Amino acid sequence: MKIGVLALQGAVKEHCQALAALGIESLQVKYREELDQIAGLIIPGGESTTVGKLLVRNQMMEPLRELGRQGFPIFGTCTGMILLAKDLDGIKQPGIALMEMTVVRNAFGRQIASFEAELDISEIGEEPYKAIFIRAPYVTSVGAGVQVLSELDDKILLVREGNLLAAAFHPELTADYRIHQYFVDICRQQRRLSA
Amino acid sequence: METGTSMVKRGLAEMLKGGVIMDVTTPEQAKIAEEAGAVAVMALERVPADIRAEGGVARMSDPEIIIKIMEAVTIPVMAKARIGHFVEAKVLEALEIDYIDESEVLTPADDLYHINKHDFKVPFVCGARNLGEALRRIGEGSAMIRTKGEAGTGDVVEAVKHIRTVNEDVRLVQNAAPEELMTIAKELGAPYELVCEVKQLGRLPVVNFAAGGIATPADAALMMQLGCDGIFVGSGIFKSDNPAARAKAIVDATAHYQDAKLLSEVSKGIGTAMRGMSVGSMKEEEKIAPRGW
Repeated sequence: MKIGVLALQGAVKEHCQALAALGIESLQVKYREELDQIAGLIIPGGESTTVGKLLVRNQMMEPLRELGRQGFPIFGTCTGMILLAKDLDGIKQPGIALMEMTVVRNAFGRQIASFEAELDISEIGEEPYKAIFIRAPYVTSVGAGVQVLSELDDKILLVREGNLLAAAFHPELTADYRIHQYFVDICRQQRRLSA
Repeated sequence: METGTSMVKRGLAEMLKGGVIMDVTTPEQAKIAEEAGAVAVMALERVPADIRAEGGVARMSDPEIIIKIMEAVTIPVMAKARIGHFVEAKVLEALEIDYIDESEVLTPADDLYHINKHDFKVPFVCGARNLGEALRRIGEGSAMIRTKGEAGTGDVVEAVKHIRTVNEDVRLVQNAAPEELMTIAKELGAPYELVCEVKQLGRLPVVNFAAGGIATPADAALMMQLGCDGIFVGSGIFKSDNPAARAKAIVDATAHYQDAKLLSEVSKGIGTAMRGMSVGSMKEEEKIAPRGW
């Protein structure tokens, strides 16, 4: 099983390293043809307006939306969370727009407000998870089908809607691979379902 | 919750990788840059080519210009402080700028010392011509490095020279035996611990962008192929005759730097590049890169 990392812009290599640490082969995905070779896709942290534009220019937005609807696992971190949200609190920018949630960009403020914090995420275990937030978004509201996996001070930071997973923070920047493992498990389940 | 950590400072640079950071002087230019797909903009009063042409003392930009640019776009905004001018840097931090460039493009304020960048919550990027210079800046707290190149010329030769020099230096460190590292650190004028880290990582410990002379999509792809993590374009966009088209083409070329077919497509019909000046014809004292140490 190979998992793709969208490689148009952002922290691509770090996600590949996390997957490698879990014994999973990764593919850096730049073109839509490459989507056929992977069991799931990670959209890394980066600049959401840039990645959105590059997805449109590469004609990948529509194929990704269709795949996501059919159960293909997608995991968005920070920029990826923004691209997966159906609503950006009034802001219009190109997105895959699959998850029933409202996401606010740069919701904690500018870079000076970027921070590290420990989160409780019971789905991945008891031990607190150290999360890195960089000009991070957060989720302000979710639809009925969306499971909230972690929040801090009423701000929703990790969500799952079936085959789709989104984090406001950057699991690719730390050596705690439990969230990557959680996504790998989603990919395995989906593969079994579609087999 | 902890802010201003080395992880979040270096982390923002990680998020800019594979992207293009563009010099802008007005909110309108900032919007053109954002629309083209820039990952960040550098807010300036004058682009380097104009600083070079007009002469005089080049200082931090008027905060009013910086604020207007910050209000115009949603992407990160950077701004330049003079080398060693820690008060200009504190002013920029108070404006909540996203990244400070302690830049040789401005007239240095201190002929001996760079800013102690550990003293700030906002991250810094600094220029370097070789590994020693890069590691000195990282030692002072810089969270990101860029090649100096030769700003405002549109001539990519110095940027190429600087990344090739950094790469050569890294290979030297990688191939060295552990007992050789202290002597190498002494010769490079670099902190020993950082030299050890370079040996372990096989690269700089922070993100390294190209800057100083990039004017075409092919220039950007060249720097990416030489191992840079991303691109700064200073005068190259808004001194060309079709900034919007050139900006977009440079973004595409940076994302797809190994795709020669796409590079040939995006290089078409984007008008004339900045005229520029060849670094080879310049006098030593006209060069900006030797500023700082």
